[in-house]
Amino acid sequence: MKQRITESFARAKSEGRGAFVAYLTVGFPTMEKSEQAIDDVIASGADIVELGVPFSDPFADGGVIRSAAYEALKQGTTLDGVLELTKRLRARHPETGFVLFSYYNLIFSKGLETFAKAAADAGVDAVLAVDLPLEEREELLSVLRSYGIGYIPLIAPNTPIERVRESEKGLDNSFLYVITVKGTTGARTELPADLASRLESIRAVSHLPVAAGFGISTKAQGEEVSRHADGYIVGSALVKLVADGKKPCLA
Amino acid sequence: MKTHYGIYGGQYVAETLMEPLRELEAAYEAAKKDPAFAQEFNDILRDYVGRESPLTYAKRLSEHLGGAKILLKREDLNHTGAHKVNNTIGQALLARRMGKKRLIAETGAGMHGVATATVAALFGMPCEVYMGAIDVERQAPNVERMKMLGAKVHSVSEGSATLKDAMNEALRDWVANCDDTFYVIGTVAGPAPYPEMVRDFQSVIGKEARRQCLEKYGRLPDEAIACVGGGSNAMGLFAGFIDDASVKLVGVEAGGKGLGGMEHAASINGGRLGVLHGSKTMLLQTKDGNILDTYSVSAGLDYPGVGPEHCYLHDIGRAEYSVINDDEAIAAFDALCRFEGIIPALESSHALAEAIKRAPKLGKDKILLVNLSGRGDKDMENIMKYKASHR
Repeated sequence: MKQRITESFARAKSEGRGAFVAYLTVGFPTMEKSEQAIDDVIASGADIVELGVPFSDPFADGGVIRSAAYEALKQGTTLDGVLELTKRLRARHPETGFVLFSYYNLIFSKGLETFAKAAADAGVDAVLAVDLPLEEREELLSVLRSYGIGYIPLIAPNTPIERVRESEKGLDNSFLYVITVKGTTGARTELPADLASRLESIRAVSHLPVAAGFGISTKAQGEEVSRHADGYIVGSALVKLVADGKKPCLA
Repeated sequence: MKTHYGIYGGQYVAETLMEPLRELEAAYEAAKKDPAFAQEFNDILRDYVGRESPLTYAKRLSEHLGGAKILLKREDLNHTGAHKVNNTIGQALLARRMGKKRLIAETGAGMHGVATATVAALFGMPCEVYMGAIDVERQAPNVERMKMLGAKVHSVSEGSATLKDAMNEALRDWVANCDDTFYVIGTVAGPAPYPEMVRDFQSVIGKEARRQCLEKYGRLPDEAIACVGGGSNAMGLFAGFIDDASVKLVGVEAGGKGLGGMEHAASINGGRLGVLHGSKTMLLQTKDGNILDTYSVSAGLDYPGVGPEHCYLHDIGRAEYSVINDDEAIAAFDALCRFEGIIPALESSHALAEAIKRAPKLGKDKILLVNLSGRGDKDMENIMKYKASHR
C-alpha cells in the first residue's frame, strides 16, 4: 500500500515548503462541479485533499461549510457517492493523498468493515472523523489498520501534551491535525499569538507530520504557519470560493 | 467514572470538548463526595422548587378503569411546572463551583430552557438558550417566559430547525466559549458525564416516590411508568427502583402518527444504533446515516435519539419500552383533566396513556406509578389545534 500522506509531506519538505492540505465539501454545489473543483485545487498545488462528506448535523462546522453540507445533502450526496467519486479521482491523481473527512455516524452507520473495504477499494488513504476522540477511536482504527488505511487525529488548543503523545501513538501514513483556535471551522483574520510555540511543542513529541488548520484562508497565512509546522489546512476559504462560483485557488 | 452503558454512551465529541468534559467529570466527582453540595442542592429543592412533590392517588380514574391503582408522582407541581428544574439546579450549582460565568442550554418544547433561565436568574448568571425556529413558533409562551427571566433566546433556523439543531448550535457555542461557559444539557443524553449526572440530579423523583409509596401503601409499586424523549424524567423515576427487581420499569416513547410511517419519535422501538451529540445510542436515521426529522404532538418528546442508559436497560431486559401514539396521548390527557382535575403535559400524557392501557388488565391490588413529569398549560394551543383538525 502506498503511503501517500507520508510521501506528500516528505515531498513538500524536500521542496522547502509546507504541505498544502485542501478541504472541500463533496457534492457542493453539485457532484459534477465539486469533482471539477477538486481537480482544480489539485492543479493549484494541493498535496492532500480532504473530501468532506456532508452530514445532516454538522455541529463542529462554521457557517460556510454547514451551508455547503446542507446543499450537498439536497443534491443527494451520500458516503457511497463520495467513495465513487474518490475512485474516479484516484484514477486521475495517483500521487495525491485523499483523506475522507466525516462525522462518525456516517461511517458507523455503514458498518465499519463494509466501510473500510469500500474506502480501500476507492483509494482512500486516511480517514478523519470529527467526533471520534482518542477514547472512542479504537473500534474504527483496528478495522482501518487491517485495510491499510490511516487515521488523522485532531489536536485542539487545549489538548494536553501528554494526550498529544497518546493521540499519535500507533499511527502511520497520517498527520496531526492541529486546530489553531477553539471554535468551529471558518476563516479568522488573526491566528493566536502563541500558535508558533504551540506547534513547536507538538512537533517535539510527534513522529507524525504536524499540520495546522481552522482559520487559515490565504497562502501567506499558510506559509507563515509552515515555519513551525509541516503543513497547513485550508477549508472554509476554499468552500467559499466554490460557493461564489470561482475556482478554489488561494490568493 | 463510568462513561459507557454496555455498548452505549461514550464521549463522541470534537477534541476541543474533551478537556471541558474532563474538567466537568472531576468537578462532579468532587461535588458528589461533598456533603455541602448535597445540602445546598436539597435546600434549594425544598425551599425554592417546593419539594417534595406529592404522590397523588388518581382515585376516580382508577375506579373508572376498574383495575390497578394509578398513582401520580406530581412533578407538575414543581416550580416552573416540570421535572426539568431538578437538573438545572444541580448543574447550575456545579457551574458556580467550577467558576463558570455563563450558562447555555438547548431546548425543544422550552421547558428546559425555562428551567435553565430560572436558575440563571436565581444565581445571577447570564444565560443564552438555543431553540429551533419551528419550536420558537409553536412554543411561543415559553420563549416569552425565558426572555422575561432575562435569558437571551437564539432561534436556530438551519437543518430541521428543531431540538437537534438547537443542540448542534449549543455545542458550537460551547466549543468556542468553553473556558467560561457551562453547557446545561437538559436530558440524559450527550457525552459522559451528562447522562449519569442528569440521572443523578433527577433521581430525587424516584427516591421520593419509592419512600412515599412505602409509607402510604406499605409496599412498592408493581410498575413505574414514564415517558421517554431523551429520557430524563424516566431515568429519574427508574433510579429509585432500579434495585427492586419486583418493580417493572416501563418507558413510553412517542409514536406520533404511528411507527408504520416516518412521523414518530420512537428511537428505541423504531431506530438503529448510531452516534450523535456525544453518545452512541439508538437513533432515527436514514440508511445513509443522516439524522431524520422526528414528529410527535408533544414537542418535548420530539428528539431523534435517546439517553444511552435507556438503550442499555432495554437490552438487558431491566426496562421495557412501549409506544403511545398522538391520539392515545390526547385521550389520556382528556381523561386526567375530567377525572382528576389535573391538566398534564402532553409528554406525561404518553406515560398516563400506557397506564390507562395496563390498569384494566391488572387486579385492584396492583399499583401503577406514573411520573406526571409536567403540567399542560404550555400545551393548550397545540391541543386545541389538534382537536380542531381531528374532529
